[in-house]
Amino acid sequence: MLYAILCYHDEKIVCSWSKEQDDAVMARLGVVHQRLKNEGKLGPSARLLPTTAATTLRKNQDLVLDGPFAETKEQLLGFYIIDVADLEEALQVARELAKANPGGAYELRPVSVFLDGSERR
Amino acid sequence: MTDFAWISAALSSARPQALGALLRYFRDLDTAEEAFQEACLKALKHWPQNGPPRDPVAWLIFVGRNIALDQVRRQRRHEALPVEDSISDLEDAEADLAERLDSADYRDDVLRLLFICCHPDLPATQQIALALRIVCGLSVKQIARAFLVSESAMEQRITRAKARIADANVPFEAPGAVERAERLAAVAAMIYLLFNEGYSAGRDTAQARAPLCEEAIRLARLLLRLFPSEPEIMGLTALLLLQHSRAAARFDPAGEIVLLEDQDRSLWDRRLIAEGLALIDKAMRHRRTGPYQVQAAIAALHARAGRAEDTDWEQIELLYAALEHLQPSPVVTLNRAVAVAKTQGPAAALAMIEPLAARLSGYFYFFGVKGGLLLQLGRAAEARIAFDQAIALANTPAEAAHIRMHLDRLAREAAHEAAPAPAR
Repeated sequence: MLYAILCYHDEKIVCSWSKEQDDAVMARLGVVHQRLKNEGKLGPSARLLPTTAATTLRKNQDLVLDGPFAETKEQLLGFYIIDVADLEEALQVARELAKANPGGAYELRPVSVFLDGSERR
Repeated sequence: MTDFAWISAALSSARPQALGALLRYFRDLDTAEEAFQEACLKALKHWPQNGPPRDPVAWLIFVGRNIALDQVRRQRRHEALPVEDSISDLEDAEADLAERLDSADYRDDVLRLLFICCHPDLPATQQIALALRIVCGLSVKQIARAFLVSESAMEQRITRAKARIADANVPFEAPGAVERAERLAAVAAMIYLLFNEGYSAGRDTAQARAPLCEEAIRLARLLLRLFPSEPEIMGLTALLLLQHSRAAARFDPAGEIVLLEDQDRSLWDRRLIAEGLALIDKAMRHRRTGPYQVQAAIAALHARAGRAEDTDWEQIELLYAALEHLQPSPVVTLNRAVAVAKTQGPAAALAMIEPLAARLSGYFYFFGVKGGLLLQLGRAAEARIAFDQAIALANTPAEAAHIRMHLDRLAREAAHEAAPAPAR
């Protein structure tokens, strides 16, 4: 069975970690990542940039909004990782997906750290 | 992270919003600060036992307001009210308050708090010191250290600045659209100054001043969260992130300045660069350009160049020309000349900066750039004069040392030329 683990935290606090604090957390996580990798259990994982870097596409109105997806009446049902040149191209991809599956919204959030998880068994 | 570390991080990140709201209630900075302080003490006592509240900001506002109101009542009735009573049933009250405090209130509260630090009568350094004390919650000791002055001198400076803003009468009503835009611009300028105060430090002071850059970035992100659709705030945040990404590469182990073109680019912080570039992308979609966005775009071109020789100087020159148009200043022209030197050669650049001499006669970089251009043109004697003037105007020992290096090389070359050719 594949599971996605979605990571939530207060970004105001995480963003104010010093480099040393951040490195310490990443090092502790790295130990867990390595063990999962050795067991062939780790798929792709990503650390996202803060929500201030996010852009949201409301699919039905084709409305582009600055900031993260903030409504609570819709739920997170999936995600894509795409490799594009810039936000414009990311929006093009999102619009194409929206045509195939209208309704709801896409939040576009740049990825800061990406592990491709190619060692998964 | 320990409980205490988590709580102190939560308190400092809640500070601008909570203090801003308390200021709106009490309309007096000292009362608001005291109320917030008391609420923090309560938090340190209650949160480890009861767990953190769902909405720390609302909790702190509610508790802070009650404590301050109790004090007013006590003074009136000369009788003590048990403070613990005021925070019973807190869960319900807190949720209730959180609902009433919508994001628009928070937004104007924080903006007001930042804006009162930007009073035009206050010199820039006092504006920055106030913002660090009031909005960021840094201690007077920390601020004094960053400004390289004694704690008592900084205490005095902050007290005087506070007295001044108390007389300023910043209105407490929600601002109109024009006023809000004006406040936002003043606050953005103050955050930029704060960053530069940290950024312009030499190696010897860089460590003491690094927190200034970090606080500036924190404030810029805060503003961006409150005003998510303002392209200039995106530009400002991007500019600060991109500049700060180079922090580890700007000085060599001996403390000498390393110029952008000589920096080890593997030391640049890729995560900050990614965030800066993403924000510029967002800002561009608005097609409402401004000085911060243009400066961020220039910083982005440097960040995108894998090697110094890959830098797109033509694009940088165009961006400086755009900046000259938006915000004419001899310093911007000087920067454009640096780009022109790369695209058209040192002679064209020198011709551009010569008319600036009168206005930049007290500016270190002017003589540094001029000396560098003359050196490239092989006019060693004139270069030496320019470098001598630069040294006299250097702001930090690292700047002086950098110019000294040029002068020493000129002296060595002069000695070499003067020496008789070895006999064959």
